[in-house]
Amino acid sequence: MIRFLLKGLLRDRSRSSFPVLIVSAGVMLTVFLHAWLNGTILNVTQSTAQFKTGYVNVMTKAYAARADQIPNDLALLGVDTLLASLKQQFPDLLWAPRIMFGGLLDIPDEKGETKEQTPVSGLGVDLFSPNSPEWTILNIRSALVRGHLPEKQGELLIADELAQRLNIQPGQKATLISSTMYGSMALENFTIAGMLRFGVGPMDRSAVIADLSDIRQALDMQNGAGEILGFFRDNLYHEERANAITAEFNAEYPSNDPENGAGKFSPIMETLRTQSGLSEVLDIMAVYMRIIIGVFVFAMSVVLWNAGLTGSLRRYGEFGLRLAVGENKGHVYRSLIVESLAVGVAGSCIGTAIGLAFSYYLQVHGIDISGAMPKENAMMIPDVVRAQIEPATFVIGFLPGILATFFGSAIAGIGMYKRQTAQLFKELET
Amino acid sequence: MQNSAIIKTENLSKTYPLGLTALKALDTVNLSVATGEFLGFIGPSGSGKTTLLNIIGCLDAPTSGSAKVLGQPVESLSHKEAARLRMNRIGFIFQTFNLLPVYTVFENVEFPLLLLGMDAERRRGHVMDALQWVGLADRADSKPAQLSGGECQRVAIARAIVKKPELVLADEPTANLDAKNSHHIMQTMVQLNKELKTTFVFATHDEKVMAYLNRKIVLADGRIVKDEAGGQKSNVRDQKP
Repeated sequence: MIRFLLKGLLRDRSRSSFPVLIVSAGVMLTVFLHAWLNGTILNVTQSTAQFKTGYVNVMTKAYAARADQIPNDLALLGVDTLLASLKQQFPDLLWAPRIMFGGLLDIPDEKGETKEQTPVSGLGVDLFSPNSPEWTILNIRSALVRGHLPEKQGELLIADELAQRLNIQPGQKATLISSTMYGSMALENFTIAGMLRFGVGPMDRSAVIADLSDIRQALDMQNGAGEILGFFRDNLYHEERANAITAEFNAEYPSNDPENGAGKFSPIMETLRTQSGLSEVLDIMAVYMRIIIGVFVFAMSVVLWNAGLTGSLRRYGEFGLRLAVGENKGHVYRSLIVESLAVGVAGSCIGTAIGLAFSYYLQVHGIDISGAMPKENAMMIPDVVRAQIEPATFVIGFLPGILATFFGSAIAGIGMYKRQTAQLFKELET
Repeated sequence: MQNSAIIKTENLSKTYPLGLTALKALDTVNLSVATGEFLGFIGPSGSGKTTLLNIIGCLDAPTSGSAKVLGQPVESLSHKEAARLRMNRIGFIFQTFNLLPVYTVFENVEFPLLLLGMDAERRRGHVMDALQWVGLADRADSKPAQLSGGECQRVAIARAIVKKPELVLADEPTANLDAKNSHHIMQTMVQLNKELKTTFVFATHDEKVMAYLNRKIVLADGRIVKDEAGGQKSNVRDQKP
């Protein structure tokens, strides 16, 4: 009997191929949408962490309070000791001291007179220490589009877009004009080593990167750093772990405890979420993501439920015949449910596989959205947004795929019990 | 020929709710049908013949009165018991054939035997016998779409008789057939009636069918208005319960 029913299911395209196709399409879209929205949030989080906040960030309390102004006069000092302590205490993270700074980049002509001058936002990062994590974190090697990587002190990397605007080439000289941490004017000469393209709007418009020791020297910040950023080794934000690390670190530096040196220059650790109002942004994005996916899953469920319902209603004539021949209602109902489950499972598997394949392609290649981004965008949104497959992506499609199809058929099948057998029998004739 | 009653109704009535009122489809029908009869319910649309056929086929229950079919009281049968009775002892033939289009002729005829749980070898034998009775053994592998209307109805007959039921109920079996095919179908059923001793009950208003009936029960407004025996074309039987 099972073989007989299976034969009918496979031969009748309106009961097998088409429903499977509809379920597959719905599931595929659900899976892809989940991966895409997930990837968008992850991309924004990773870019923000990579260039701005880290997953955790150690600053002085005073610096943290005005972090948006990059107040290097309130920067951490004695960084080597603190860094060593962080590496020892939290070895599961990569620690990177950085100095963010603003200033003017002056490009001289052959006579040494100013040819071009432009404001830049700079990043002093550790380029020369052995095992410096910055090469990996900032992905500098891949970002280099012209020139070479810094090989010695005094070399500067510059955003390619900025270099083109200033019409400067690798090997040219440039002077950084800024202010020291004590408020004096800072002037430091650099040689342009190479040009970078990170694929993140704000970085590509005006960033310069130099070795941390050069910037310390230029800004008179000996053994200082504005921030020490901590990165999880898998480059994913683990909020619970970040909160635990932060709580443990901050417990060692209680606030307003002058006897322990915990004044405004004592260090404080913040997580990615607690910096620069990111928690609200991330929460809003997560809520929007849930709403969008929820609405989509619901809409898909209604479509697939309806497909299951109409598919079953269409078969009332066949049910009438089967009842007339002697099959009992329970058997017909059960076979309908099993059929819908088979269609749901097959459609969900196919849809999930195609959705995952499509998502994986976009996880590797991404979509370049730079053309759609405003030029003055200040958010760390990458130009190429990629999908991100996570464990939930594998199962989310099964929700509308199996359940909706199942409920559609189950509800339609109940009609068999509500109708008199004779009525179903009569529907044979229609 | 046995003369025991295969169908017996007493004061059988059936009422359908129709908004605030009720439609009386059958009104105190008293009827007895003997084993091996070849009879028909005759009457215009709305006379109650299909309702009576449905109750006899255990597809519907009477509102009042009683109906005993193959010794079973229809009014007190559960869905499962009714299904079992239909599966084992009653065959149906429909106006529109109602073959399952995705299955072959063989598989359509085989379906009732699958429900009976018969093994594959016996099924094959029974199906091929049934197809031979209706002259379609050579079309066993065809799909219904490849058959003519007459052939489809012959397949439907084969499906109804493959399990050798004691009772076959046929609702307007020739309504969708031309005269030649109608006669062919009726001759097939007459022959099966003779050879298998199967009781055939028709609901019809087709004169071509009436010509073959041994007994005509005329219905009007849910009541039996005439119950008459008539000559059956090519039929040797002459009986009345």
